[in-house]
Amino acid sequence: MIAIILIVICVIIGLVFNALGIIGIIRFPDVYTRLHASTKATTFGTIFLCLGIIVYGVSVYLTTSDGQYLMLVVHVIIAIFALAITNAAGSHAIARAAYKSGALPEPAVVDRLKEARL
Amino acid sequence: MIQALDLFYYAIIILAILALLAMVRLYLGPTLPDRVVAADAINTLTVAVMLLLGVVYKELIFIDVAIVYALLSFVSTLYIAKYVGGEL
Repeated sequence: MIAIILIVICVIIGLVFNALGIIGIIRFPDVYTRLHASTKATTFGTIFLCLGIIVYGVSVYLTTSDGQYLMLVVHVIIAIFALAITNAAGSHAIARAAYKSGALPEPAVVDRLKEARL
Repeated sequence: MIQALDLFYYAIIILAILALLAMVRLYLGPTLPDRVVAADAINTLTVAVMLLLGVVYKELIFIDVAIVYALLSFVSTLYIAKYVGGEL
């Protein structure tokens, strides 16, 4: 009973954060704010969906002691690590490429990075 | 009493709708980095959908496919970023 409450809370948090990330992609004005919204909110929401899956797997394993659900939990933990590492590094690479391709934030006044390189 | 698998199933449907909404930005995006951001978000949502499908259909292989998909989408994002930045 407490497992289903935890699963509902985790899945609702995950869906709300994923929806906020997608709304941020659609509504925000330039590429850096879109990247900020999409990467952080989507990674956080997906990690919480994975936490819901982990709670489900552990609760089913505790009631039926079926080893397949323990394997499910281990694989989902590996997927969380792969997702967390690759999303952060990928968004960093996209931001660097956007700067090198000449995109500036919408009300840009100064460009300190260009000044620092001279 | 709500069942956990029904909850995961409805979560899959909502995530698919969110991926369709991200495709609006993928289509409209005024510059190339905007499209790359939208594609990256769609990749993350696809990984989430694959994990939930693996739980709903009780197929452990879907979880492995999701891990490999996450790593391959990371590599493709890095290469597209290299291309956008003009270093390729």
